[in-house]
Amino acid sequence: MFNYLFSFDTGIIGYLVFLITSVALYGLFSLGLNLQWGYTGLINFGHVAFMTVGAYSTTLLSLAGVPLLVAVPIGAMLAALLGLLMGFSTLRLREDYLAIVTIGVSELVRLIALNEGWLTKGAFGVQSFPLPLENFRPTVATRIGMVAVITAIFGLALWKLGRRFFHQIRGAKNWQKRIVAIGSGLLVLLGVRLWLVSAIALYNFRSSPAANGLLFVSLITVAIVFWALERLVKSPWGRVLKAIREDEEVAKALGKNVFAYKLQSLMLGGFIAGIAGAFFAWQLSTVYPTNFEPLVTFQAWIIMILGGAGNNAGTLLGAGIYWAYTALTRDLERLPIAADQVGALRIMVIGLILMVLMIWRPQGVLGNKDELTLGK
Amino acid sequence: MTDLSKSPMPVLSATGLMKSFGGVKAVNDASIEVAQGSITGLIGPNGAGKTTLFNLLSNFIEPDQGRVLFDGEPIERLRPYQIAQRGMTRTFQVARVLSRLSVMDNMLLAAQQQTGEKFWSTWFLPGRIAQEERDARDRALEILESVGLAAKANDYAGALSGGQRKLLEISRALMTRPKLILLDEPAAGVNPTLIKQICEYITYWNRQGLTFLVIEHNMDVIMSICDRVWVLAEGKNLAEGTPTEIQTNSQVLEAYLGK
Repeated sequence: MFNYLFSFDTGIIGYLVFLITSVALYGLFSLGLNLQWGYTGLINFGHVAFMTVGAYSTTLLSLAGVPLLVAVPIGAMLAALLGLLMGFSTLRLREDYLAIVTIGVSELVRLIALNEGWLTKGAFGVQSFPLPLENFRPTVATRIGMVAVITAIFGLALWKLGRRFFHQIRGAKNWQKRIVAIGSGLLVLLGVRLWLVSAIALYNFRSSPAANGLLFVSLITVAIVFWALERLVKSPWGRVLKAIREDEEVAKALGKNVFAYKLQSLMLGGFIAGIAGAFFAWQLSTVYPTNFEPLVTFQAWIIMILGGAGNNAGTLLGAGIYWAYTALTRDLERLPIAADQVGALRIMVIGLILMVLMIWRPQGVLGNKDELTLGK
Repeated sequence: MTDLSKSPMPVLSATGLMKSFGGVKAVNDASIEVAQGSITGLIGPNGAGKTTLFNLLSNFIEPDQGRVLFDGEPIERLRPYQIAQRGMTRTFQVARVLSRLSVMDNMLLAAQQQTGEKFWSTWFLPGRIAQEERDARDRALEILESVGLAAKANDYAGALSGGQRKLLEISRALMTRPKLILLDEPAAGVNPTLIKQICEYITYWNRQGLTFLVIEHNMDVIMSICDRVWVLAEGKNLAEGTPTEIQTNSQVLEAYLGK
């Protein structure tokens, strides 16, 4: 465990690069869900469907010779199109029906991927597709430029996080203050560590171009999407989404076309998850239908609830916590129990963590407690 | 029925409205008319179908039959949000505020034709949006000040008391710059002092040119603010007239008190 924190061994750095990329891609994926559920109140239990469409479209298009910069937007748009279809058929239903239909759609999409072999290569999966920046051999100057970009992203993120915790400390009681202070201190240190690792990896870009390239692209993408979402949810457009989350009858009574906004939210969330799907495929470098089981959707739910639904920064932090947990419990595999039991144990413990969190901090790590004490 | 030749052009007129839920005829051939610039009351015993009638007028529930003319145009095929956009805003019997939004955001949401509510405008017209937000904010503060909620502007709406929620809901309706506001029991569950205040606000806004249709059980409120009153019983029109006429109408008394 201490290796993760202090070692600069190539293997450890490689693993941490994998983890950071995972945080970015799951963060991206969960940001889409957070827009739908956290801001609009849509119960989407089929989020992985968007990821599936994004992953398959991007990889298949790029195998057909379409450049990645074109393939990814097309994949994301197809995912958004799926959102449109899902929305038209379900958004007029009550929300519990929406939940059922979405989970059905995600399984449907996965089964299509499994059975329509002419298109998706079925159970054999899609392999050896182009990866971003895999043939990129940057000069020293370019690499320093990449490090600078990463530094800016990490710097901004840590500054925002620090400011946020500072606000929480001011409003907290004494013992809470200490916990928040220690927690945020550790988080900042961890952030610095991850920044160092990313910087080293990018500087030694050639050590593993595909992994390091993916790290760079995913961090930039998640930064851009985060910025765009923050801007959107703070705009009057986002205000309508929040109003729908609170009480859609009121939104209607005030002249808002609730259906259109729900559709936009579902589509934009799907678009973002579609991009995440491309990253998912690139990270795995193979795509099988079994990668897209409903479990993936629920990982996004866990991440969002951990960090705080209705909070974009919280969602990203949730992705960080989730992957930190996954990394730390990897050592459990040394225990004298069977591998599948270890897997089950890890999931059980995360369930336990969620339950404890729901009791102690039901709003999530970055959520706003005041909001929970309000009457309807 | 009314002598149409005498009343000014009605801003809202509905005829032959019908709605059944299963076998129950909640609204059975009811009509109503709201004169431009009036405060019109709608009363009736519990279960008379008043709130259902409101829902039919604003199309929150689609009528089985009937016509609704608002500003001279049929609106019974429009969706509720379209009706609101045309200038008819409703409130709810139990005040519905958007809890996890600030009082100010509740108000700002109600502003109509906001450029910033269009997805693409958020990216391409930031200057115009900022200007509209400033204007809306000024107007919202003005309204909130007039009802004594200005100090609460940055609080969560969910933290307001019951009476304050009623005020916020009416203020929010006002923020849409409507031609007609449908108020569903504005005085229900509100203390007597606040009831008085609400009545004053309604008459004040009415003098500013706003038309109201008010459901209310509190007869003092109806008698003190309304120009005309419509009485509904068992989903049908029972009577219509000035408050004094209604007070002495034997059929109305019967419906309320029994034979």
